[in-house]
Amino acid sequence: ATGAYPKRVKVVEVGPRDGLQNEKNVVPTPVKINLINMLSETGLQVIEATSFVSPKWVPQMADHTEVMQGINKLPGISYPVLTPNLKGFQAAVAAGAKEVSIFGAASELFTQKNINCSIEESLERFDEVLKAAREANIPVRGYVSCVLGCPYEGKISAAKVAEVSKKMYSMGCYEISLGDTIGVGTPGSMKEMLTAVMKEVPVGALAVHCHDTYGQALANILVALQMGVSVVDASVAGLGGCPYAQGASGNVATEDLVYMLNGLGIHTGVDLQKLMDTGTFICNALNRKTNSKVSQASCRL
Amino acid sequence: QEPQASGLPEYIKIVEVGPRDGLQNEKVIVPTDTKIELINQLSKTGLPAIEVTSFVSSKWVPQMADHKEVMRGIERHPGVQYPVLTPNLQGFHSAIAAGATEVSVFGAASESFSKMNINCSIEESIERFEEVTKSARNMNIPVRGYVSCALGCPYEGNVVPDKVAEVSKRLYSMGCYEISLGDTIGVGTPGSMKKMLEAVMKEIPLSALAVHCHDTYGQALANILTAIQMGVAVVDSSVAGLGGCPYAKGAAGNVATEDVIYMLNGLGISTGVNLCAVMEAGNFICTALNKKTNSKVAQASFST
Repeated sequence: ATGAYPKRVKVVEVGPRDGLQNEKNVVPTPVKINLINMLSETGLQVIEATSFVSPKWVPQMADHTEVMQGINKLPGISYPVLTPNLKGFQAAVAAGAKEVSIFGAASELFTQKNINCSIEESLERFDEVLKAAREANIPVRGYVSCVLGCPYEGKISAAKVAEVSKKMYSMGCYEISLGDTIGVGTPGSMKEMLTAVMKEVPVGALAVHCHDTYGQALANILVALQMGVSVVDASVAGLGGCPYAQGASGNVATEDLVYMLNGLGIHTGVDLQKLMDTGTFICNALNRKTNSKVSQASCRL
Repeated sequence: QEPQASGLPEYIKIVEVGPRDGLQNEKVIVPTDTKIELINQLSKTGLPAIEVTSFVSSKWVPQMADHKEVMRGIERHPGVQYPVLTPNLQGFHSAIAAGATEVSVFGAASESFSKMNINCSIEESIERFEEVTKSARNMNIPVRGYVSCALGCPYEGNVVPDKVAEVSKRLYSMGCYEISLGDTIGVGTPGSMKKMLEAVMKEIPLSALAVHCHDTYGQALANILTAIQMGVAVVDSSVAGLGGCPYAKGAAGNVATEDVIYMLNGLGISTGVNLCAVMEAGNFICTALNKKTNSKVAQASFST
């Protein structure tokens, strides 16, 4: 049944980090800063700004310090940054970060291939970050990747997702963002996964991070909303392809998400037109077409 | 997954509209042989219904000028329906003469759209369709009714759910066995889909309803999910997402059959359709049209 929807949804904008990280062209620092500044004017409350990882691994994010120090930080808006370990955390705080994110996974193989250690070892690394963050009064958001499928392991058990989520939540993450990393999930697997996770983590602390690789993102998000999830990650213009399927799409477009939430009468605080303008800006800068269908349709009306 | 336990239908009938609605909205004129080959490939996928062509004047819709040849040229697989569009009695007779065994009529919930699209008011169009359904009844030919602009109109903007219900009821009472509710410009969302279906369901039995969602604003699958959660068990879609939007240049149109089936498979809902076979048919027609598929499932599957 359709059930009641949340009255408000917090949209977490991941374009400048997750989006750009998966774009082929390296984006100049001033463009990144302008992108984030424009996003700051749209009403979005959370904008993931950059990632404090080694530029050897992620060249796109090499300018993390300059970006962090260069953006206008508007009051009431949070600018979380990724910190894979204690060193990254310290660099982030030194650069002015007031919120950080850590990236776990529900798949052993994915963790091995992605960050070169087991899930257990990754949690030990994160624990160091969480301890330091607690002392500095810095909130930490936890991501769990591969919640609906893994490019290496295939099917992922809902119980495993619940287990990893529970650990990260009890270690001190204020929110757990559940990521359908390769976009294979459907409303069926989303429901099953959330049912398991919601036994261990309060729904108010859950977010969904859906990829649109198989066109399922908005349907999956709809199901998550029906189950009480009220935090949704998205990327302006649908920036960020899928690193596991060349040419395929990745992140769901923030514009398309906001269009749907508007139609459901759910409050987001986001100005869709300003968001579309920001998408137009970054697509021009990247010399690419938008992945947002709302943007594609609106330009021609 | 147990769809029954979750309140979802156990089986959903997919009505494939690619060869008609899809191709009609493609710029390139497709050779007759290619159309026939596409339909023949689709006939082997398990799809229960494939909308073949349209018996309209070729002056209005040049893409469908070869309706007779296509109708006569396709393989007719047992258990598969091959409906054709018939805008009036003349088209109906022509369709029957060419071997059609099911037809469709196209109404709209917007006066402006009706005038701009078929040059008459809703009331006048209903009178035309009544001629078709009368003849069809005499010949035992099932008629499917479409209602366009069910969630919004390119000219009038907002469309009132009660109007959709009223037009649907007229089509149903004149003898259409099924009413396909079309979000013609894809502006609908789960919110407006729910309101519209609630109004229509007061007048038409659920089992006689279908949804025809366009993906112009990326909302199609979410809208379809909402519809099937309310018990709708017939969904229209177009292989490879063929068919752009004539009202927003360059924008998307029909939802891709592959993407719908992927979702229904994931929900444990039976369709009888082989997804791989549909992707192959999609690949065939996209190659023939020299265009990229609009199906994300196809894009992802051919990329890995």
